[in-house]
Amino acid sequence: MLAYLIRRLFAAAVMLVVIIMVVFGIFFLVPKWAGVDIALSFVGKQADPAAVAGVREKLGLSDPIYMQVWEFFKGIFAGRTYSAGGDVTHCAAPCFGYSFKSEQAVWPVLTDRFPVTLGLALGAAVLWLVFGVAAGVLSALKRGSLWDRSAMVVALAGVSLPIYFTGMLSLAIFAFGLKWLNAQYVPLDQSFTGWFGGMILPWITLAFLYAAMYARITRATMLEVLGEDYIRTARAKGLREQTVIGKHAMRSTMTPILTMLGMDLGALIGGAILTESTFNLPGLGRAVLDAIRNQDLPIILGVTLITSLAVLLANLVVDILYAVIDPRVRLA
Amino acid sequence: MTELSKSGAAVGEPTAASHAATAFLEVRDLKVHFPTDDGLVKSVDGLSFKLEKGKTLGIVGESGSGKSVTSLGIMGLHTAGQYGKRKARISGEIWLNGTELLSADPDHVRKLRGRDMAMIFQDPLSALHPYYTIGQQIVEAYRIHHNVDKKTARKRAVEMLDRVGIPQPDKRVDNYPHEFSGGMRQRAMIAMSLVNNPELLIADEPTTALDVTVQAQILDLIRDLQKEFGSAVIIITHDLGVVAELADDILVMYGGRCVERGPADKVFYEPRHPYTWGLLGSMPRLDREQQDRLIPVKGSPPSLINVPSGCAFNPRCPYADVPKDNLTRTVRPELTEVGSDHWAACHMTQEQRERIWTEEIAPKL
Repeated sequence: MLAYLIRRLFAAAVMLVVIIMVVFGIFFLVPKWAGVDIALSFVGKQADPAAVAGVREKLGLSDPIYMQVWEFFKGIFAGRTYSAGGDVTHCAAPCFGYSFKSEQAVWPVLTDRFPVTLGLALGAAVLWLVFGVAAGVLSALKRGSLWDRSAMVVALAGVSLPIYFTGMLSLAIFAFGLKWLNAQYVPLDQSFTGWFGGMILPWITLAFLYAAMYARITRATMLEVLGEDYIRTARAKGLREQTVIGKHAMRSTMTPILTMLGMDLGALIGGAILTESTFNLPGLGRAVLDAIRNQDLPIILGVTLITSLAVLLANLVVDILYAVIDPRVRLA
Repeated sequence: MTELSKSGAAVGEPTAASHAATAFLEVRDLKVHFPTDDGLVKSVDGLSFKLEKGKTLGIVGESGSGKSVTSLGIMGLHTAGQYGKRKARISGEIWLNGTELLSADPDHVRKLRGRDMAMIFQDPLSALHPYYTIGQQIVEAYRIHHNVDKKTARKRAVEMLDRVGIPQPDKRVDNYPHEFSGGMRQRAMIAMSLVNNPELLIADEPTTALDVTVQAQILDLIRDLQKEFGSAVIIITHDLGVVAELADDILVMYGGRCVERGPADKVFYEPRHPYTWGLLGSMPRLDREQQDRLIPVKGSPPSLINVPSGCAFNPRCPYADVPKDNLTRTVRPELTEVGSDHWAACHMTQEQRERIWTEEIAPKL
């Protein structure tokens, strides 16, 4: 188990370095090969030549590539100072870049937005796990029944309906029509009830989509597991049916669900763009959407990096949980 | 006709079946049917037998003859955990120790499972839960039926693993099934089945997934444990060699019905049904001189949805035309007594069968 853990952590560290280099490559090398002046996109197309030259020098774009990568790395861990002549811009560690357009370091933007997205993702995950898995198990146990059929139709709708449709619809009905909930985001540190009330619709909207997927996966996996020989053995021992299902079958069913959860949570923490923009939540997804609109490259880069790190971290956690659930994984 | 009615009473026709059974295990006219889209699959269609404690019954037949369905039926595993609408239809009577199981409260039958009757499955790798240690699984089996703490149950698990010949049982008890070899897994499975000293042990092809050297060990183990615990054992197999070693009585199944049953040496040395002849002919034997080839039973097992009319074996039977009046294809033969406690379901007369066996079949085996 310990060896597995160390191996997995080491792999994650290597992956981390690779991710940073790939992201750097996408943002700095690809435009270079394509013949696009990066400095221009960092300042804006209408900027005067002097400002462009300044940014070019600050970013060290004329330096050899390995120097640029090194500076980029060093910035993440030790902070970075951009200077061109007398014009000095400091970016404290961890420096994920500096937006010359909005004149702010990227990291504070990320940390500012991150709690909103985290709250959205975690809250929705709890909802979709509880309802998706429960619906899936029930459907499997009552296969072919009216419940199963209607649950699967709802699940199909959940998977197919886009978030901006369900989101807008729920806003129109519950926030503007019935006025049960407010459509305004209130930060958690201001008022818990305000935050909670504002998050209910985003949570439900996001969870609806995922609960639908999880219900389908749970149902399929549970049906497969129920056909396994070891379930028959469990019954042959004289176990109660609730133990057979709740302990023996659920343990095997959880494995693929956990894998999905890791991936989905990782991706969502990088920003639920559609949900955040539909409900006007100031999270990472909104930040990246705004940045794309303004062609604010450093912010996009920062969010991309954070998203990759979140996926990496989530996968690491899933892999460790995996080994806890399935003893055979520990050998691999 | 006298023969027919006599057999009817002995195998327990429904009319005479309302009284409680005297044998330890008595199955009367058991039918297990599964509704499917294509029709009703009659996996077991009127099976009756008795088994006393300390005795071993071998149930033999091809794949799809209803052997496993019978054993799962006795364990009540067709009705437990049946979800959805397609439920198995079971009728008949199963008497275990004076209790009729099919009409009993399902929760009562559940409590008997694992305690009074236990089962060993064919493939121990897939029959053991991959996520729990061997110890956890045996402890669980013990604690459902015994109100003891985990420590006591664990001691019992180690003791059982030791009994079935697992080396270093106090260490191996914490292993997972994938850390065991095939033979050891089957030993662990047997340890789990026997942890509650069941009075009835059903072994469903216990050696099929194992290699030959391990097969013999497992069979020895089952025999030794039976002697020790005095249980009744049903051993289900398609391997006549296995039953030859273990069984006191043999029941040959074909198409969901019993075609021949009797004491093991009778069925082996004086078989009275053409299907049993076929099984014997297709079995490799080391104690006879080398023959040219094994003689297979031609054709394939019958469809259990459209069972051939008359004798289910008639399309494959080389002697289907021996009885007069096309009887084999029109009338289903009932079990008739052909020797002392030896029964066969065939339309041929006793003389015809004896003649064919001694003149045509026996010399070729």
